[in-house]
Amino acid sequence: MSSELVVIITGVLVGASCALVGCFLVLRRMALLGDAISHSVLLGIVGVFFFTGGRSALLMVLGAGAVGLLTVSLVELINRTGRVREDAAIGLVFPALFSLGVIFVSRFPSRVHLDVEHVLYGEIAYAPFYRFELFGLDLGYRSFWMLGIMAALDLLFVGLFYKELKLATFDPGLAAAIGFSPVVIHYGLMAAVSATTVVAFDSVGAILVVAMLIVPPSTAYLLTDRLTTMFALAVGTGAASAVGGYWLARSIDGSIAGAMATVAGLLFVAAFLLSPLHGLVARLLRLRHLRRVFARGLLLSHLEGHHGSADLATLRCRFLWNARTAAAVTRGAVRDGLVRETTSGAYTLTEQGRGAARDVAAG
Amino acid sequence: MSDPTISAAPPPVEVRDLTVAYQARPVLWDVDLVVPEGKLMAIVGPNGAGKSTLLKTALGLVPAAAGWVKIFGRPYAEQRHLVAYVPQRGSVDWDFPTNALDVVTMGRYGALGWLRRPGKREREVAMECLRQVGMADFAGRQISQLSGGQQQRVFLARALAQDARLYFMDEPFAGVDATTERAIVELLRGLRAEGKTVVAVHHDLQTVDHYFDEVALLNVRLVAAGPVADAFTHDNLHLTYGGRIGFLAGGPDHGPATSAAD
Repeated sequence: MSSELVVIITGVLVGASCALVGCFLVLRRMALLGDAISHSVLLGIVGVFFFTGGRSALLMVLGAGAVGLLTVSLVELINRTGRVREDAAIGLVFPALFSLGVIFVSRFPSRVHLDVEHVLYGEIAYAPFYRFELFGLDLGYRSFWMLGIMAALDLLFVGLFYKELKLATFDPGLAAAIGFSPVVIHYGLMAAVSATTVVAFDSVGAILVVAMLIVPPSTAYLLTDRLTTMFALAVGTGAASAVGGYWLARSIDGSIAGAMATVAGLLFVAAFLLSPLHGLVARLLRLRHLRRVFARGLLLSHLEGHHGSADLATLRCRFLWNARTAAAVTRGAVRDGLVRETTSGAYTLTEQGRGAARDVAAG
Repeated sequence: MSDPTISAAPPPVEVRDLTVAYQARPVLWDVDLVVPEGKLMAIVGPNGAGKSTLLKTALGLVPAAAGWVKIFGRPYAEQRHLVAYVPQRGSVDWDFPTNALDVVTMGRYGALGWLRRPGKREREVAMECLRQVGMADFAGRQISQLSGGQQQRVFLARALAQDARLYFMDEPFAGVDATTERAIVELLRGLRAEGKTVVAVHHDLQTVDHYFDEVALLNVRLVAAGPVADAFTHDNLHLTYGGRIGFLAGGPDHGPATSAAD
């Protein structure tokens, strides 16, 4: 397999597994907590390095998972004291744990085989060089195994507990009342986020993991009103960011992880502007359409009412329309056969227009 | 429980010596309350009186500092399947990507238990419940596109889907239009006709005697509880609202107490 393809597939697996757990983070308004976990897991990784000296994937995931859950419970503990709000509590906890990790990395470089650059930006470009060996057998690329298993576990987690996660996210009160403890579900999700983060960490680093967790699900959220579709779109966007990011990094000769996050961001901006459902352009168009309908209603009922006819100046004065609005509204009404322009330059209702005016009045 | 010689069935809700506190502040103080079966009971009281907290404690969502609540004679955890819950409409995120039918289907999740997925049968039940609240035409509608009253009816349909014997409702009438208000009243009467029990937090003192059989007046302590004709008196309203919050003292004088005194 070409090393190019190895890097791309690794990136796609990162994007897919992060998007799966990220969807619930976004829907639960816990993006910041995802950010916190993705940073503080560094302490777990470093701890495992420091105490075992090895690079055992399982220990690494367990260590990071433990620190991830520690982050969540510390945030809740501080939050519960009453005087520190959740965002501030998050801002207190994760820099503390992250900086401990950074100190370990810089103080014991011989025992912790990580450099700061790797921690921050990952080393996806090296994915082709790490092989997975068991009992002396070469089983293929290490990143494929780790990320493939993680993506499968995330899919299993979301698939098995879809109903529980959905209910606890939408209505935690009802979830608790009918026996699906939102606390258990919350910690389950946070464990999944922690594990996913640490596996993805190797490839894209501490800073950009959060981009893969949050950006593709946010993009998907703008594009659909259905939860299942949101998952599919998030995974698709995550994968597309990886492929596009690799291509971008190649063409500008820059960081692959950085380019992946950039492409994810660009896709988000595109959805933000162009989504037919919640995009800025669609919203503006809808708004303009509503304004036009309303303005036409005003025109018709005015003509139907006490006057019978009116010229542009009267209309502009009556409704505070500028010249462009007045011209557009009357032109539209004439085109649709609701209003007729008389020889003196005034406007009167046609037969069809009188019917439409009565509809406006009836609401 | 299975002994047929025990004739007195345990009441739907029995609250004894219940005290609940947030931090050091008591929200409920030594409350005793029995809700009789087959009745519609309103819980009224000023803001901060602990009305929602009473429901939440009964549902095990808020821990009690002292005392207990029993549902049909047993702790709530053993009786979940008999109880439906309608939270305040504002307590959930209506931008959540889902439709009305799916929200109502959530009412079946408790019966399904962990891991089992809702299927055709659950959706049929949900559809029937939407029909009962006059929302069948909105089944596929994204929930953020519904009006406040329609959202409330979706919540009630979800409670119907829970197929319970006891219904807890937190302000079902809050901020709804006249159509929805009528639909809710009809629904409550339908539930009563089937012998179900409803406990609802209620804010509109004017309608207590029209909509409900029983009333509990609460202001941290329980002021009075019983049939509306007995408990919903001017004196009790004054004790509940008047003494503590001066500017509300005018409230009871306008209408409800006089109609209750008829």
